[in-house]
Amino acid sequence: MEWLVVVLEFIGQQILNVPAYLIGLITAIGLMALKRPSGKVIGGGLKAAMGFLILGAGAGVVTASLTPLGDLILSVTGAQGVIPTNEVITAIASEEYGATSAYVLVLGFLVMLVFARFTPLKYIFLTGHHMVFMALLLSVVLTVGFGEELSWLVVIVGALLLGVIMVVMPAFAQPWMKKITGDDTIAMGHFGTAGYIAAGAAGQITGRRSRSTEEIKFPQGLSFLRDSMVATALSMVLIYMVFAIWGLIAQPEQAMEILGGDDAGATIMAGFAQALQFGVGVAVILYGVRTVLGELVPAFQGIAEKVVPGARPALDIPIVFPYAPNGVLIGFLTSFAGGLVTLGVIAIWLNPALGLALILPGMVPHFFTGGGAGVFGNATGGRIGAAVGGFVNGVIITILPAVLLLVLGELGFSNSTFGDADFGWYGTLVGMSVMGPTGVGVLLSILLATVLVIAASVFQVRVVNRGWIPGAKRDAFLAEKEAAEA
Amino acid sequence: MKIVAVCGMGIGTSVLLKMNTEKALRQMGADADADVEAADIGTARGAARTANLVLTSAELVDEIGAVPAQVIVIDNFTDVAEITEKLRPVIEN
Repeated sequence: MEWLVVVLEFIGQQILNVPAYLIGLITAIGLMALKRPSGKVIGGGLKAAMGFLILGAGAGVVTASLTPLGDLILSVTGAQGVIPTNEVITAIASEEYGATSAYVLVLGFLVMLVFARFTPLKYIFLTGHHMVFMALLLSVVLTVGFGEELSWLVVIVGALLLGVIMVVMPAFAQPWMKKITGDDTIAMGHFGTAGYIAAGAAGQITGRRSRSTEEIKFPQGLSFLRDSMVATALSMVLIYMVFAIWGLIAQPEQAMEILGGDDAGATIMAGFAQALQFGVGVAVILYGVRTVLGELVPAFQGIAEKVVPGARPALDIPIVFPYAPNGVLIGFLTSFAGGLVTLGVIAIWLNPALGLALILPGMVPHFFTGGGAGVFGNATGGRIGAAVGGFVNGVIITILPAVLLLVLGELGFSNSTFGDADFGWYGTLVGMSVMGPTGVGVLLSILLATVLVIAASVFQVRVVNRGWIPGAKRDAFLAEKEAAEA
Repeated sequence: MKIVAVCGMGIGTSVLLKMNTEKALRQMGADADADVEAADIGTARGAARTANLVLTSAELVDEIGAVPAQVIVIDNFTDVAEITEKLRPVIEN
């Protein structure tokens, strides 16, 4: 029987332990289950595997450009500077945690289907990249807590936690989604949801009499930021320039050595080149993500539709952008402002007091989650609501990633982290739950999952299904005013 | 036939659009010779050079600008019926 052991060991070590092959196999199996022609099965599986390898290639480029920046920030401020970019941290972390997270992803998806089938939480989370990020984040914090030997336990607990969060968050956001879209057919499937709900609530409190953002005429000037390559490179050039110039003034010799320039001009341009390299790396990573998801998500969705017919699809944040394009712009700008203000607070107070890392504002997360917060804020509080909602979101996505870094273990030193709100609070809660002995950690994780499912189910039945409309008083006020004017 | 589905980042809503487009093509029985690809707004112009058809939202149409491929605006990315209706004239030609 020795040959059998050898074969199993080969499959285990050389195939199932290599994330790229594993993702390719999962995709191929999913496509086979949907009875796609064999050519599409082979092509899809191979493309998904190669997409994962592209991800790794991009991670190398990004890390090479982030390292000098990290050194520079540490040298001038004495604190760690971090740029939260989900794609980057995922690409870096998947080298070590890729195989574990692939199992968490598949099992977590099945757990979600079970919850969607048997609880009131009838949502199918379809935002593939956020599924991948959350699976990886959970694999990292659980592995840090349980230890590497217990990877089977990480997979089981991680899958439960992933499945739970994918049906719970859409339920909590649904009253606002109904308000924004006007019906109950689509849900929010994006892990910035805590920020959106906060924006919706803040908008309701502050914008009691404010009119909608969509009655403002806005210039089209900021729409170029939708192009993520431009937005990423631009924000990185800004960040690099600030710290290169600061470095040249404060510690010219160290700055020149870190960036590798002979004089001030060469140092600045070396920083500029590094910033563009970061944009290049992110573009490569995004190409990889796109290639993986283009194959993986359809395979998943096809299966989900057969198991839970009639469930609402929970979709990516840009799905709400067309409902309030001006709200998106306002939310983005105020979110960015909120990020800068919070960065100042961390630098002056929270870093010296608690050792929180400096979270630098990235254009891409502020555009997408800030824009979403603007739409949610506008739905309940008009112009003022959109502005306040965006700002609140900016504060949240700057504080939470800093806190999350504390539970990421070694990965916390890689100058990047997960950016969106739910990664922050959920990752931190799970990370703190598993800090103690393994048994206690498992119990606390199950408790967390149970509390979330019960709370969301009660919310779904008592609030969402009974048709609560956030900001109804303002609607009544505006309607009355309009009637009075007419 | 090559079809490009475009959104801002090319990983969320465009994948959704890609899936629903494939579903629409399957319903019309035209999926055998059609290849649907998701793209972000930055690479869409390049991808559109070799494609026959570009699908995107009303807001992103101006960003794409003039391309050799035919550009079709999809208002609701989740609505397979709308996609089918807008694709049918192109497929049948």
